[in-house]
This record gives sequence, structure tokens and C-alpha cells, in this order.
Amino acid sequence: MNLTLKVWRQKNAQTAGKFVTYQAEGISPDMSFLEMLDVVNESLILKNDEPIHFDHDCREGICGMCSLYINGHPHGPKRAITTCQLHMRTFHDGQTITIEPWRAAPFPVIKDLAVDRSAFDRIQQAGGYVSVNTGGVPDANEILIPKVIADEAFNSATCIGCGACVAACKNASAMLFVSAKVSQFALLPQGQPERYSRAQSMVAQMDAEGFGNCTNTGACEAECPKEISLTNISRMNNDYLSAKLFREEHAHENNG
Amino acid sequence: MSLSAKIPEGPLAEKWSKHKFDLKLVNPANKRKYDIIVVGTGLAGASAAASLAELGYNVKAFCFQDSPRRAHSIAAQGGINAAKNYQNDGDSVYRLFYDTIKGGDYRAREANVYRLAEVSVNIIDQCVAQGVPFAREYGGLLDNRSFGGAQVSRTFYARGQTGQQLLLGAYSALNRQIHHGKVKMYTRTEMLDVVVVDGKAQGIITRSLTTGEIDTHTGHAVLLCTGGYGNVFYLSTNAAGSNVTAAWRAHKRGAFFANPCYTQIHPTCIPVTGDHQSKLTLMSESLRNDGRVWAPKTHEIAEQLRKGAIKAAQVGEADRDYFLERKYPSFGNLVPRDVASRNAKEMVDDGRGVGGSGVAVFLDFADAIGRLGKDAVAAKYGNLFDMYYQITDEDPYTQPMRIYPAVHYTMGGLWVDYNLSTNVPGLYALGECNFSDHGANRLGASALMQGLSDGYFVIPFTLGDYLATIGPKPVDVNHPAFAQTKKDVTDYIAKLLALRGTKTVNEYHRELGHIMWEYCGMARTAEGLTKAKGLIQALRADFWKNAIVLGENEEVNASLEKAGRVADFLELGELMVDDALMRNESCGGHFRLESQTPEGEALRDDEHFAFVAAWEYTGDNQPEILNKEALEFEYVHLTQRNYK
Repeated sequence: MNLTLKVWRQKNAQTAGKFVTYQAEGISPDMSFLEMLDVVNESLILKNDEPIHFDHDCREGICGMCSLYINGHPHGPKRAITTCQLHMRTFHDGQTITIEPWRAAPFPVIKDLAVDRSAFDRIQQAGGYVSVNTGGVPDANEILIPKVIADEAFNSATCIGCGACVAACKNASAMLFVSAKVSQFALLPQGQPERYSRAQSMVAQMDAEGFGNCTNTGACEAECPKEISLTNISRMNNDYLSAKLFREEHAHENNG
Repeated sequence: MSLSAKIPEGPLAEKWSKHKFDLKLVNPANKRKYDIIVVGTGLAGASAAASLAELGYNVKAFCFQDSPRRAHSIAAQGGINAAKNYQNDGDSVYRLFYDTIKGGDYRAREANVYRLAEVSVNIIDQCVAQGVPFAREYGGLLDNRSFGGAQVSRTFYARGQTGQQLLLGAYSALNRQIHHGKVKMYTRTEMLDVVVVDGKAQGIITRSLTTGEIDTHTGHAVLLCTGGYGNVFYLSTNAAGSNVTAAWRAHKRGAFFANPCYTQIHPTCIPVTGDHQSKLTLMSESLRNDGRVWAPKTHEIAEQLRKGAIKAAQVGEADRDYFLERKYPSFGNLVPRDVASRNAKEMVDDGRGVGGSGVAVFLDFADAIGRLGKDAVAAKYGNLFDMYYQITDEDPYTQPMRIYPAVHYTMGGLWVDYNLSTNVPGLYALGECNFSDHGANRLGASALMQGLSDGYFVIPFTLGDYLATIGPKPVDVNHPAFAQTKKDVTDYIAKLLALRGTKTVNEYHRELGHIMWEYCGMARTAEGLTKAKGLIQALRADFWKNAIVLGENEEVNASLEKAGRVADFLELGELMVDDALMRNESCGGHFRLESQTPEGEALRDDEHFAFVAAWEYTGDNQPEILNKEALEFEYVHLTQRNYK
């Protein structure tokens, strides 16, 4: 099939960007969206034109590196998948597809469709861990975890850190991402000792990065490729409030 | 050059304990005087960087992705082995050791493999303590499943994304050390060379993938944790960015490359649909716990299936050949990967392949769904079924998956001794980047085990011994080797950027992949390999004349990144072919048609080939020198592998 692409091109964070129109011809419905872009890029290179830059790596929906805001949706129109799993059979011949980067102040554009998501790393560095060193830990089966708790923690842990939640949110809030990370540890016995200080440190870093607040629109949940649930946000708010009201002192004693 | 693996003396089960005691220690106050460079942040790199920082060393960690969490370990699906014997089904450290040696077709070091099995139990404890959400039973204990090449259930898993959960664990440990200032993390940064000063690795040269800046980093030791080189085949289950560059540049600075021809072709991947395809997607080996592999019994039925005249479900039991169950009744669908792959290829070569292209066999869940119900099957494999559906537009709950082997893992890699040190002092290789533990075929769920074993439990001990020996004197960044290596890198980049030919770098990569798959894939012959060598040499020469590399160094430049990686693959490919040609026997994933048993299984030649082939670089376009490390088996009796 033949498609018209309107693609955001931007040299770097300092330069203004603009939409450029390309024709994508002879596209097979079995191609993934990224493979379609590969084909366009090959033709650009042969014309000595600069290829469209986008982030990608595993191409199987788990590394979280690919992004792309496609026709107004992070990771495109289909639910619960990443861009690399989106296949061209979702589109029809002659369609115009608009492709933009994630748009959020804490995610500055690096080039074209790639943005800097290192804010997510810094939030996790602020407290997204259990403070255990290598070695000297108990036997794995000494920590009993009810299956339902383990499964729920796992559901939170499936977040791939792609940033679609931020891109989907009119406030550029990172609450879904941060709450998924907070929840995984808050649910598990291993996470209890640092539960409240963790929620505080990670929220503080989230705010420092400039992410907006949550106004319960739910766009993040609807667009999340891993279907992370809004319940995580409630859990994080609960822990954060509880920490602020009753456990501030403990948090202050914590050195991370 | 003589190669010493430095395997400790003493009985197998005591070697590691004894060795740990014999290794020199660095006193806690001195540890902060050492800088360690860790390249790559997958399971091996992240676990090593975190563990070394916890001990007090200053660590600099590097990854080319935008976050350490994106390293390709993230994509591992099925699980991680450990000899916990939680299932009371007869497992033990010795059994895991034995299965791994046998699974590798007796081409791995006994001492390394035993140590791997020994520390496997610590890995699970460590991961659980970090909060890794492994699958659990209703009683709250950990669950296990079975994997290929084993008759016990020793695989720990987190639904179909064990790799992501383990990597997030190691990443969280790494984050904690970044927070404490003990690890300095460099993302979107690619290592382009290693700096060797007076025979010792003392630094690396990197390029920032955002600004193009070429930087020099010094360290008392350099750890390469940069994964495998499966992308030499163009199509593989590796991530698009996975590459051999760090390991290859180290090889060109003197590190030996061992057993490059040992590649793992994974039996259950989604088949190729066309030339546009950029990667292949694995369907986890865990599916073979419940999925049954079959092909039609006759050519006629296969033909009808290919044309779409009938559906798989319409093929009666009597017309199906469950070839793995038929040929290997005791292991059935859970034979090791190399065996399963070769058998799928045999079916296709015999004209009994299915799917539009005829290059696939079925993996059928109808029995499991009938026995356990759709919900139970979905709970175990739901995300894999969804992924299959997204890619193929076919529902695996109602019709069998079509699968075919694809390149998945490389057992070969930089040669290392028992301490994980390459032959260049100060230069270490961990995880898939080294060659050491899987012989000629890796068993499923053992890659995660090895990456974490190397990073959490081996390197923290063995590196200390080297550091204590060299002392904490700061590395002299003014040594001419740093400036020279940086200049070499800059010149090389300029040479790439001068290429303004007529063919895209991707086309060269795809052509190389075709050559490798055709002649150095699942079946290899002397004639084919000889031909491949010529083809690769010609392709490489053409690349340096006619490739197109656009843009400049001082910017984000994916063309330049890709060109550097493909240039290295074009050199590695030839060495793989040389190695495959030299190894005139079949073993594990290396199958020479000239060397097979009457039943068509891999036939080893222990008299002539029970050695590790460690190749020594001698210069551009020069033949490499073969160094041999003899493999000695004191505990395991070498036999023809039998999974019948």
C-alpha cells in the first residue's frame, strides 16, 4: 500500500522543528511500523537525504526504547502494544499518518522523533530499589509471598519505562510510571523497610524533573502499552500521604 | 602463545571455594582508589557494576541505549535455571553441571560450568531479596518449570518476561549505587576502542551518540559486558542495536576471540515474512512445556496447508508427525535447542514445511488447551500468544503457531580464563560477551544464569586479585597510548564518513546475513564455508568503496553508528567462517554435514577437536592465528549425546 507520512523533523533541542511530508510506497501490511520507517529511510539515504531519526532497540515490545506519537496516540491507534509491535495492516492504502515525538517539557527532543527520557532514570535512582548488597541474603523460599500479592506486584513491574503515559497526559504527568515503580516494592515484603521514604524520594524527584500533576483523566492508563492500572496511582498517593502525615521523621533519618 | 585457563587445583566441587580463599584481597580503604570501567548494562554489566560499587570501587558504566534498563537482557522470556531442588525432583548442583556440560556437547570447561551451577542458587536468593517478582505457588513459595535438555523442573520465571524482571532487579541495584555516587553512568555512549598501556587494559575511547564527542576514560580494569554477536546474521532475535563492536575492537587490540562459529539457532521463532523484515521474534522455549511440535506426514498434506486449502486443525492425528516425540521419546518436545532446530530444518528440507513460504513447522497448543483450559494456558503464556497474534495476525488459541529456527545467541566470544580475564591483563569479559560456559550449545534459561553469575558472584572476587597485584597507582592518562588510540578512533570515523557511494549500509548488512545464514547457519560444509569466505571478503572490499554514510560526526548520526557496527560484522563474519571450516566435526550448534551419526545427529571428533579455538588477530585482512586450549574432562565421561 501507499501512504503519506507527516513526520516531525528537528535537528536538535536548540533548533525549531517542523513537519515534513514523505511518501511511503509499496508498504506491505506485514511490516511493522518501524520496518515501514526503515524502508522510507533506505530510500532517503539513497537520495542522500538525512534519514528520520527515531529510538528503537529490541523490536519486540519489551525494552521500552521505541516511542512515536502516531495519529494522536502514543504507540499508535491499537491498545496495549508498543510502536514496534504495531503492524501496517492496522492502516489502509492512501492513509495519511502523522508521526511526532513524545511532547513533554521533561522529555526534550534529541533529534527528530527521539527524546531524552533520562528523567525516568533519575526518578528511579532517587529510591526505586531495595537496599540490599550482593550476598548475605536469605534463602529465596524463606520469604513467603501470597500468590495474589506476587501477581499484583508483577503487574506493576511490567512497566517498560517508555514514557507513553507522560506523552498521553495533558499535564505531562509521570504519576502512572512512578506509581508502578513505587507499587511493585510497596506490595512486596522486601520493599517494606523503605516503603515510605521511597515514595517520598521518588515523588520529590518526579516534581523536580518538572512533570505535571495528575488530574485523574486516565489517558495514561488507556494508552499504556503494558496496561498499567490507575490503581497504582492510588497506592502511591496513599503511601505518600501516609508518609507525610505520620512518618516524616523516619523518612528524614533515611539516607537512601 | 600458550593459554592457561588458570583452573584451580583440587576436586571439582572444592575448586571455587579454594580459589576464593587463594585470591588476593584489596583492603576496604584501598578500594576507593581504583576505577573500574564497565561497558554494557545488561545482566552481566549491571550486576557487576552494582556489586563492585557496593564493595567500594569507583565504577564508570556505559551503555549505548538511552537507559541501562534497555539492554537486550530485558527481552529474555522464559526463565533462569538454578539447582535449588525446590521441587524435590532429584536436582542438584552436580546435575545442573552435568546437564550443562552435556547440553554444550562437551565443549565447555568443567570447572567453569561447575562454578556456574554452584552459584546458581545464590542468584535466585539475590534476585528475590531485590524484589524480583518471580512466579509463585499459592502457598507463597517459588514456582518452577521445565526447560530443554533437562528432566527436572529447575527454571524460575516471571511469566514470559523473566529477563525484564531480572534486569530491573540489577538495574535497581545499579541505580542505588548511582544515587550513592559510586557509579557514574554514561548513557547513549558507545565504546569504540580499548586502550592498552604496556600490555594492560587501562581505559577506553567512547563516542557520545548525542554530540559525537570522542572521550577518553581511564580505569584500572575494563569489563566488557557487551553481549553477543548474533546480528552478524542480520536477522536474529537480538535487538536492532546489539553489536560486536566493543568485543571486536578489543580483539583487534590483542584479546583472543574463542569459538566464534558456535552460534545458537533457537528452534521456536516466528518465521520470516519478507525482505523488509528487520528482526525475528522468539517464542519462548517454555512453550515447549505444553506445545507439541509437528509437521504433516505427507508432502500432499503439506502442499494443501501451504496453499491454504486446508487448516491445521483439519489434519487428523494419523496424518501428523510429532517428530520430536517420535524420535526422542524420553525428552520429547524438550530436547535441547540445537537438536530441535535441526529436526525442524529436516522437515522443511524434506518438503513437509508449512505456512505460505513452506519454511515453518507447527507448535500446537490444542492438547494443552483441552487438558488445562484456555485460561490456564493464557495465564502461563498469555503475553507470548498476544505477541504472536500482533505479528502474524493469527490466533494461536485456535490454530497452531507456525515456527522456525532463528539465530538467538552466540556461545563464542572473547576468550577468558577461570577468572573471566581475557589474555590482555586488566581486560575482562562477562556474560554472553565471553565464550566460557555453554560449550557448543547453550541450554535454555542458562544465559540469564551465566550473566548474573559472572556479575554478582564471580567478578567481585576475581577482579580484586588482579587489582591487588597491580596496586592502586593512578592510571597515567598522559601515556601516549591514550592519545594514539583516540587518534585511531577519530581517523576510523573520518574514513567511514568519507564513504559516499551508492549502496546503503543496511544492504551490506542484509547481504552479509544471507551469506552467513546460507553457509554458516544450521548446516555447514567445507565447500560452502570456503565459498562464503570469498563472498565475505568481496563484500567487505565493496563496502569500503561503495557504501553510503551520511552526515557528520558532531551530531546524532545513526548512519555512522550503523556503519561502524556493520564494518566490524564484515570482519567477524570471515573469522566465524574460518573457525567453522577449521572445526571439521559437528558439535552442538555447529553442524558439519560431513560429520554426522547414521541417525543424523551431530558427530563429535574428540580426538582432534576437544579444544577451545582462540583466534589471535594479526592485522587487517591477514589470516588469524589459531591458539588451542585443550579441554580436559576429569568428571564427565564423553559420550555421544543421547536424548532418546
